[in-house]
Amino acid sequence: MELLAHLAQGFAVALTPTTLLLAVGGCFIGTIVGALPGLGPSNGVAILIPLAFSLGLDATEALVLMTSVYYGAMYGGRISSILLNIPGDEPALMTTLDGYPMARQGRAGDALVLSGVASFVGALLATVGLMLLAPLLARVAYLFGPPEYFALYMLAFCTLGGLASRNQAKSALAAAIGLGIAMIGLDNQTGIPRLTFGEMHLMDGVDFLVAIVGLFAVAEVFIYMENHGRETALGVALGRITVPVKDIVRCSWTMLRATGIGFFAGVLPGAGASLGSFLAYMAEKSAARDKESFGKGNPRGVAAPEAGNNAAAGGALVPMLTLGVPGSGTTAVLLALLLTLNITPGPLLFEERPEVVWGLMAALLIANFVLLVMNVPMVRLFVKILSVPPWLLLPGITMVSFSGIYSLSGSSFDLILMIAFGLLGYALRKLDVPTVPIILGILLGNNMEDSLRRAMVISDGDWTYLFSSGISIGLWAAAVAGFIAPMFLRNLLKRPGAGSG
Amino acid sequence: MRTLGAALGMGLATSAMAAECIAPANPGGGWDFTCRTIGKIMHDIGAVDAPIQVTNMAGGGGGLAFNHVVNERNDDPDLVVAASSATATRLAQNAYGGMTADQVSFLGAIGADPGVIVVAKDSPYKGLKDLIDAVIADPKSVTFAGGSAVGGFDHLKVLMALGRAGFNDITAVKYIGLDGGADAITQTIGGHTQAMTGDISEVVGFLSAGEVRVLAVMTDERIPGFEDIPTAREQGIDLVAVNWRGLYVPKGISEADYGKWSKALAAVGDSAEWAAAMKANGLAPFNKVGKDFQDYVNKVVGEVRELSRQIGVIK
Repeated sequence: MELLAHLAQGFAVALTPTTLLLAVGGCFIGTIVGALPGLGPSNGVAILIPLAFSLGLDATEALVLMTSVYYGAMYGGRISSILLNIPGDEPALMTTLDGYPMARQGRAGDALVLSGVASFVGALLATVGLMLLAPLLARVAYLFGPPEYFALYMLAFCTLGGLASRNQAKSALAAAIGLGIAMIGLDNQTGIPRLTFGEMHLMDGVDFLVAIVGLFAVAEVFIYMENHGRETALGVALGRITVPVKDIVRCSWTMLRATGIGFFAGVLPGAGASLGSFLAYMAEKSAARDKESFGKGNPRGVAAPEAGNNAAAGGALVPMLTLGVPGSGTTAVLLALLLTLNITPGPLLFEERPEVVWGLMAALLIANFVLLVMNVPMVRLFVKILSVPPWLLLPGITMVSFSGIYSLSGSSFDLILMIAFGLLGYALRKLDVPTVPIILGILLGNNMEDSLRRAMVISDGDWTYLFSSGISIGLWAAAVAGFIAPMFLRNLLKRPGAGSG
Repeated sequence: MRTLGAALGMGLATSAMAAECIAPANPGGGWDFTCRTIGKIMHDIGAVDAPIQVTNMAGGGGGLAFNHVVNERNDDPDLVVAASSATATRLAQNAYGGMTADQVSFLGAIGADPGVIVVAKDSPYKGLKDLIDAVIADPKSVTFAGGSAVGGFDHLKVLMALGRAGFNDITAVKYIGLDGGADAITQTIGGHTQAMTGDISEVVGFLSAGEVRVLAVMTDERIPGFEDIPTAREQGIDLVAVNWRGLYVPKGISEADYGKWSKALAAVGDSAEWAAAMKANGLAPFNKVGKDFQDYVNKVVGEVRELSRQIGVIK
């Protein structure tokens, strides 16, 4: 009952006309930011911070605007993943795997609606989880030390092999390239620059947004030019949008499972939405009987990552609010915003600033419903942005990519790097090497390496420390199962007639 | 709150002739705060004629902005750049592509985030001396967690403290760098590491929640608002290590222009507005402007360089 009282207080804050307007506006801007490749949630939010200041918003209002943009971007990222095979932002990466094939089969509308509903389920349940469990869940972060994190990332990489079903060696090669790129920059554990060749722009490492835009969007430009517009990913026709009730019903358990996994990954600082959507997708695939149809337009392969990444976005707010530890790039920007507004997140935030916390929760609930409306019945509006003719869309995307990437650091170096990634992506496409594992390598490689080396510093090089807690043993067991089991089970599971789901 | 928001907003209002403050990081961080707050107060109290325009130039841990100033704006009299202890540390460690501290003129610092050493509330270490004695007896028994990389200021603070206690086998000291102070404190509360080294602003929330104990603050005197935290000095460790917030200006400007900026910065340091902003952001007084400050920066750069050589961060 206390919860309801808090929530009522929150709605009293959130339901003022100004706040509502900010929520709707934030959702709209966020969806566009998410849908446009090159503009991810973190730079979307970062770019809007000065706006919040110049509008003279108070703490709650600024937070409402920013988190609406954040949630909106998590919804919007899937649109270009599905229609263009270009992830709108890094957590939407996994959605390309089945979303784009679905669109290719003429089911773009179904994929958009299904993923919109999955996003809603993931985000809504995560928001409820945030309200009910935030102070409790903060304790989970204390349980995860370096060995536990390392085991978690091992789990992710062990399941990576099953990602591209055609050629595992190529996907392993791609992951290795990604890990190599992740090594660039200042080494966190010795403070020594690695692979920077004395270039100061490389000191902070390669921004994964630069890699994503290069590997996907810029590479697409090259393919398009080569084929004179034929056989390009661009320009998938969108038919009438209906609600694929059957798919939604069939995916309901998928969404719930993915929400659980995504939320948990979000709660762990540092893991974030990308890991959430990845693990949700891989879990769904390994639990499915019809593994072969994943990657070829399986609706569950669309629902799982979308529910997963939206749940992770909600989960990432847990450590941010209760510990002041950002769980993702975007929450890091939000954290900076909070500090500038003189709100210190931490164990006491819920008691000291209830109007901020509960106003935010209420606003998140409202934002979710607004986003459901924007992303299901009104999804055409956003699709319109992306469904202009390819000869117009392509320069448009290129332009947005360039300005989006330039806004990250304000240096032309990132633009050159992006073009280099585009060339790499083009070459890899020709060689039929998947690019998704590269991005995952860049996203997770540093965290994995840092965790291992921190563990080794703490234990003085004693490797048994990696298996010293129940949590890490459990994660290692899952990793081993994820890596080895498919090798043996693949033949057992390949029964005739099992590919119908 | 509203006034702060509006205030920061006004910092965005630009005019072509206005002076510029470069924040070498994205909006929201410490350098951004320095530019926006100091710039705003400077104009409000009439120390400069026009509002100061803030430019964010992130990259290379401040190196891009430094490079920009040295190579392209070396004689621009209307330019100031936000700086902190991290700027000095990185310069000392050659992290700005070979550029050195004497290629710009450090103007001054008018506030600082004091360094602290923190343990979990159930830790056996009751005072700074307990912790240092434990490291001296067996360096393997204690791992420090901090929010900056190895060789960063959080790490160096610990080494300086140990050096003051006569322990110089600094490569034996175990330190892990995490992504920010809050992450480091989480690891310490979780028992994965024994102590956390950081700035007081990073631990305030956990301190008032009773999750941690601050063993020492590294300032000359106890900090207002935290009078029950003893200084390192009181416990026999003669160390002042703070994350100062200040500015530098291009090297090539005239003596008169340098004087003009020092006067403006000193005026901000003495203003009531700055006192309020410091209080709201957990900063402690730390006033060094002009020549005095340049000497201080040079001293810190020297000590950091020596320690960094010993731990192998630089050759």
